[in-house]
Amino acid sequence: MTAITNYFKSLILVELFRGLVLTGKYFFRKKITVQYPEEKTPMSPRFRGLHAQRRYPNGEERCIACKLCEAVCPALAITIDLEERDDGTRRTTRYDIDLTKCIFCGFCEESCPVDAIVETRHFEYHGENRDDLYMTKEKLLAVGDKMEKQIAADRAADAPFR
Amino acid sequence: MVNIEIDGKQLEVTEGAMVIEAADDAGIYIPRFCYHKKLSIAANCRMCLIDVEKVGKALPACATPVTDGMKISTRSEKAIEAQKSVMEFLLINHPLDCPICDQGGECELQDIAMGYGSDVSIYSEQKRVVENKNFGPLISGDMTRCIHCTRCVRFGEEVAGIKELGATGRGEHMEIGTYVQLSLSSEMSGNVIDLCPVGALTAKPSRFTARAWEMVQHKSIAPHDCMGSNILLHTFRDQVVRVVPKENEEINETWLADRDRFSYEGLNSDERLTVPMVKTDGQWQEVDWDTALQKAVGGISKLLSEQGGEQLGAIASPNMTVEELFLLQKMMRSVGSGNVDHRIGQIDFTDQNDEPVFPWLGQSIVDLENNDAVLLVGCNARHDQPIAGHRIRKAALAGARIMAVNPMDYDFNFSLAAKKIVSPAKLLQELGGILKALAAASNITLPTGLVALVINITVDNTHEKIARELNEANNASVILGLDAFAHPRFASLRAIANQIAVLSSSKLCYLSNGSNSAGAALSGAVPHRGPAGDASALKGKSVTDMFADKLAGYILLGVEAELDCAASAAATEALKQAQFVVSMSAFCNAQVKEYADVLLPVAPFSETSGTFVNAEGRWQSFEGAVAPLGETRPGWKVLRVLGNLFECAGFDYVTSREILDEVQALTANTPLNNDMPWNCPASLVIDAQGFESIVDRPIYAGDCLVRRASSLQDVAQKHQFAIRVNQNVAAHAGLAEGEQAMAKKNDIELTLPVVIDERVPDDGVLVPSYLSHGSTTGEVTLSRV
Repeated sequence: MTAITNYFKSLILVELFRGLVLTGKYFFRKKITVQYPEEKTPMSPRFRGLHAQRRYPNGEERCIACKLCEAVCPALAITIDLEERDDGTRRTTRYDIDLTKCIFCGFCEESCPVDAIVETRHFEYHGENRDDLYMTKEKLLAVGDKMEKQIAADRAADAPFR
Repeated sequence: MVNIEIDGKQLEVTEGAMVIEAADDAGIYIPRFCYHKKLSIAANCRMCLIDVEKVGKALPACATPVTDGMKISTRSEKAIEAQKSVMEFLLINHPLDCPICDQGGECELQDIAMGYGSDVSIYSEQKRVVENKNFGPLISGDMTRCIHCTRCVRFGEEVAGIKELGATGRGEHMEIGTYVQLSLSSEMSGNVIDLCPVGALTAKPSRFTARAWEMVQHKSIAPHDCMGSNILLHTFRDQVVRVVPKENEEINETWLADRDRFSYEGLNSDERLTVPMVKTDGQWQEVDWDTALQKAVGGISKLLSEQGGEQLGAIASPNMTVEELFLLQKMMRSVGSGNVDHRIGQIDFTDQNDEPVFPWLGQSIVDLENNDAVLLVGCNARHDQPIAGHRIRKAALAGARIMAVNPMDYDFNFSLAAKKIVSPAKLLQELGGILKALAAASNITLPTGLVALVINITVDNTHEKIARELNEANNASVILGLDAFAHPRFASLRAIANQIAVLSSSKLCYLSNGSNSAGAALSGAVPHRGPAGDASALKGKSVTDMFADKLAGYILLGVEAELDCAASAAATEALKQAQFVVSMSAFCNAQVKEYADVLLPVAPFSETSGTFVNAEGRWQSFEGAVAPLGETRPGWKVLRVLGNLFECAGFDYVTSREILDEVQALTANTPLNNDMPWNCPASLVIDAQGFESIVDRPIYAGDCLVRRASSLQDVAQKHQFAIRVNQNVAAHAGLAEGEQAMAKKNDIELTLPVVIDERVPDDGVLVPSYLSHGSTTGEVTLSRV
């Protein structure tokens, strides 16, 4: 009996029309395609993009060269040198992140006791040679200075969950 | 023995032991901060609280002796609760600065807090803050982190013997610090860094260099004194950045001398020689190894063919490895010269044919503690061999009588039962006095010839006391130190000291120069004997004769002759007139560049494999911890290639182990024996008029590595470069403290500030080595400038 029903169903193209109904539904529904780069998708405050180094409001760099991010980095992308600065504080003389090694796992940010190293929402960067993707302390601080407002807002938004 | 039970484990332990000791032996962990097995029990941190059956309160494991049938639980609810509560109290005032603390990652508090700490503190009041203290160039003091375990205080009192650190105030106001604002001066002060369970006391030279987890640990042997302390080199990015002791109960226990701990700074100094260099027409050029070796071999071959082997001399530092010293002597003897010596701290070699095969300690290092009486002759063990000094101090604390016949009233950290402090020329007389007293007291006839020598010596109470103490002791030692070795009449001094040892049934002991004097003598780097004391080896000149006879060519191995040699003035002169000088060293300075023709960079101990033999005759091998710096090469490889270039037979070694095996096979049957036949000295009187010069041997100037360790030099700065006299001499010469004065001896003049130092005897002047070393005898004239 089932075989006969299936035979007639196939003759009148039931599956085809079912499929076309679904297509038709999506055809008239509101589109989710985003016209990148003119349009952008919404982003989570936890987005893990380009790294930045932050400063305190008084301009002092946050990083205290504890080397926890260097230790936790699974891709060994971070290199830190440090010294005792003239005022006796512990500071980095070198803080490099090799973005070609980085896997953007966010462990560095998570391990940082002073919220110095963060990953920003910025992901649309490029480099024309390898050096461009080798972030030095100066570059990282520059990113931080430029995006501090957004970074601070993101940390505040995520604070209740941390 | 009593039976106890810890955590259900049945144990049999010694009666009177503390619970924590029993638990440690059984491998049961009890958390602790103030307890340390080498220090007395304070029981003030309360971290080791345990639960003992039928006892109401939790008890501290470190201060609870075991009793028969005791049932202990270290992990019961009561014990854990007690431990957690203590942890909470300890953390109340401890800052949360682990990320910037050098102890982070290797911190006992951090570790135990992981196990017993709560994740959230209920303490919301202000934390205590203590001002940071300055403890000098070696130790950094962040005292807010202190948890008042008092390990450092107890170390000062019980081990270092100087009560420098102490606790002031009580309760919340308790602070650890120096009583007066002074830096720590103990020669073992660095040990408080290891003892401190938190980051309150950390090493200043390695402050903020690397994290504990980044460093790689390599076993090695300390390269400065004849104790051969076991150490761990911590390397980071192919550089030694820290040195800590490696526990060895038979040598250094858990301690390490500051010199061994901080000398690594010299390894990374700017004065490292990193490329081979040759001098052409007075100009230094950096060249490759081939060119440098060709030039060295060419120069030496020319000299050998024109003037013969007797005109070539090799002088090695006693801090070089057995392998290097063995190859050096093998090469020298193969090319036809027996002139090879490592005894750079010695001047008089007249009795060398009778001396023991190597300068033996006469006992094991541990046995130093078991002496009932010790006579130090020209020995400043506390500064020269701090680990031996520590053992002697332990003997003294156990009731041994320590006596000294020294050219300086050294600051020992134990009290002396008797002492004779006289200028070097009178040392022989004083020893003669002791010998005479000894003979009189025990009715022994002195050997022939000796009676005549001591007949005019007046025996005083001190001589008698020293003789009596040595005689009465069951276990006594007569120890010859570095001042004795450097004495212009060392042979006579040794003969008398040996006689004292024989008559009083004591042991004659040597605390020799450098880390490997024993190994050097055993491997034949001496002119009068081959390896293992082989008398048939080609003989040559001693270091004194090599310089006095002004040879045509010299090979230097790890030596800066102008600073290291006891006869430094003669050495400098001889090297300057020589036609050809090859210096193989890890370092270079302006003076070496003046007299050398070829500089070959050879690796220091951290960059080569090798072996040191310590004073008790213990062979200790080590591997290189980091790659040789720049073009530097291990010394044994350089010497092997030189041997090949000279076409010497038997230079086909592939590893340093092969060389060591060869030396060990040769020396396998060398007896440990310091006996010497009696050779009567010609006289005990040294003609000395006026003020006599006494060699100032600053604690951190002994070898080329330590001289470049900047933090140690900062510590020593206060001491160096002065003319030191006591009040009487100053008054007699019309000098006052701080004034500039000129000391003149023979033709050497020296203008330096005067320091009044009551440790100097009445007829002596303590002067830097390059004045006194020209020839140690001879009068010094002092004048105001």
